[in-house]
Amino acid sequence: MARRKSANLWGWLFVLPTIIGLIVLNIYPMIRTIWQSFHRVGDFGLGNEFVGMDNYERLFAGGIFGAEIWQAAANTIFYTLLEVPLSIVIALILAVFLNGKIRGRTTFRVIFFLPMIVAPAAVAMVWRWLFNTEFGLINNVFGIRVSWLSNPNIALFSLAIIGIWSVIGYNMILFLASLQDVPRDYYEAASIDGASPIRQFFSITLPLISPMIFFVTVTRVIAGLQIFDSIFMIMGMGTGGNPALPRTQSLVYIFYRYAFINRNWGMGATVVVFLLVLIALVTAVQMIAQKKWVHYN
Amino acid sequence: MKTKAGNVEKSSKLGRILVYIILLIVSFTMLVPFLWMVLTAFMTQTESTQVNPFVIIPANWQLNNFRDVIDSMNFMRLYGVTVALIVGRVIAAVLTATLAGYAFARLEFFGKKVLFTIVVVQLMIPSQIFIIPQFQMVQSLGQLDTFFALMFPGLVTAFGTFLLRQAYLGLPRDLEEAAILDGCNIGQVFLFVMAPLVKASMVALGIFTAIFAYRELLWPLIVNRTLLPLSAALASLQGQFVTHFPRLMAAAVLATIPMIIIYLIFQKHFVEGIATAGGKL
Repeated sequence: MARRKSANLWGWLFVLPTIIGLIVLNIYPMIRTIWQSFHRVGDFGLGNEFVGMDNYERLFAGGIFGAEIWQAAANTIFYTLLEVPLSIVIALILAVFLNGKIRGRTTFRVIFFLPMIVAPAAVAMVWRWLFNTEFGLINNVFGIRVSWLSNPNIALFSLAIIGIWSVIGYNMILFLASLQDVPRDYYEAASIDGASPIRQFFSITLPLISPMIFFVTVTRVIAGLQIFDSIFMIMGMGTGGNPALPRTQSLVYIFYRYAFINRNWGMGATVVVFLLVLIALVTAVQMIAQKKWVHYN
Repeated sequence: MKTKAGNVEKSSKLGRILVYIILLIVSFTMLVPFLWMVLTAFMTQTESTQVNPFVIIPANWQLNNFRDVIDSMNFMRLYGVTVALIVGRVIAAVLTATLAGYAFARLEFFGKKVLFTIVVVQLMIPSQIFIIPQFQMVQSLGQLDTFFALMFPGLVTAFGTFLLRQAYLGLPRDLEEAAILDGCNIGQVFLFVMAPLVKASMVALGIFTAIFAYRELLWPLIVNRTLLPLSAALASLQGQFVTHFPRLMAAAVLATIPMIIIYLIFQKHFVEGIATAGGKL
């Protein structure tokens, strides 16, 4: 009895800092943001008037806000659809290669992971320079003049290239960890039966690491839907703004603009609640779909 | 028979060569942006805009860009703020998560399920939903543009709590039971027996926290104007030198090279830390 009481006490003592922190930093703010999405800050930033569903009506009724937010949602989803599958396929191929008998494995791993330890702000600056229309390395090497970052039809693809380049190393590390858990004798048995390496990949490797592929897909989709840094650094900079901004700005970027440039807390909160719902829906769909393709043993 | 085996061997040899070629091409693609960043940083503005794809080495390596960038922004201070932020975030995260993770894994206490739900909810919610109220709190405390503001959202970590809980759950129970029989109280069991056994996960969490503190852009940009870590400072430098790419690249070099050097020295820990922490989320 005394021991139980003391466990109770110690338990509370140990979780107290974390729980207080989470309530102050996360639980209260979450409720407060949802509450804020039903309010509008008055002129000159004074008062906070209850407006019911007004902000959400603006979101669904078209108009300036509605059109901009839905376009941003489309941009965000399109970006995610480009970045996530490609970065996963490339990372998976690289991980399978490095899992074999490869000389210089450590060196390759170090190189592929390098972008992850560089601040995205610096990455974006470097790519802005590489993609520069007049003097950029890419256009000059290939002798072309593509407006990679200011042509509204191309810019989102360029941002996806930056995203893929940044994240393949991270995905690869996770795949590699999961590949190392696949027992070697499975492959030996398959080799004796005459299965080609490609056949082995599809019938042994892929099913066995499918839980990790699922995990990486879910977390990368969530991260992709939250893209901000590269758009802020590339599209939000310069005088007069980038002509490709409307076709590239993401939901988090317009959240930043509404809330912290225009100080429109109500619309900012509404956009971020919209993002929350979008992420929840997409994740739920993936959770249901996984039953069809993820193998847990 | 012999020729068939020879063919298989030949084709697998060809396959291996192909694998190396692909790995080298990808490595090259990964490295080019870094190389070009460093090379441009040593060029003059004119040189950088007369790019001839076959002459990429600066004619005379010069340090003017670095000097200009350091003149307009105090890099020593930026390093100081960044290091302090990383150290502060890592200590806060590891300390609170090691404690809470142990309680959630091994202690029975009142309200445990509800409290753990709070941890899981935070893990699943996109962090942007917290930002407006977090900003308003910092503002009403009169702490905008301070070190406290930078630290604020990272004082505790749901992710770290979850990670450390998993680590404790993987430890055998008899260790604690033996210690309790020896007369240790729960605090002593935690401190002397259990916490030392999850060191690997603490290191993983520390590395994870450090990388993400260093990469963070949105939050410091919102709360601080003058007291900036490197990532946010780069954003304001870019506003200043819009198209002077040699200077921008010099700033990028100054901001990234220290972290790259640390990474190259401790690369094994970085990779293992990410594999441990990243895969647990």
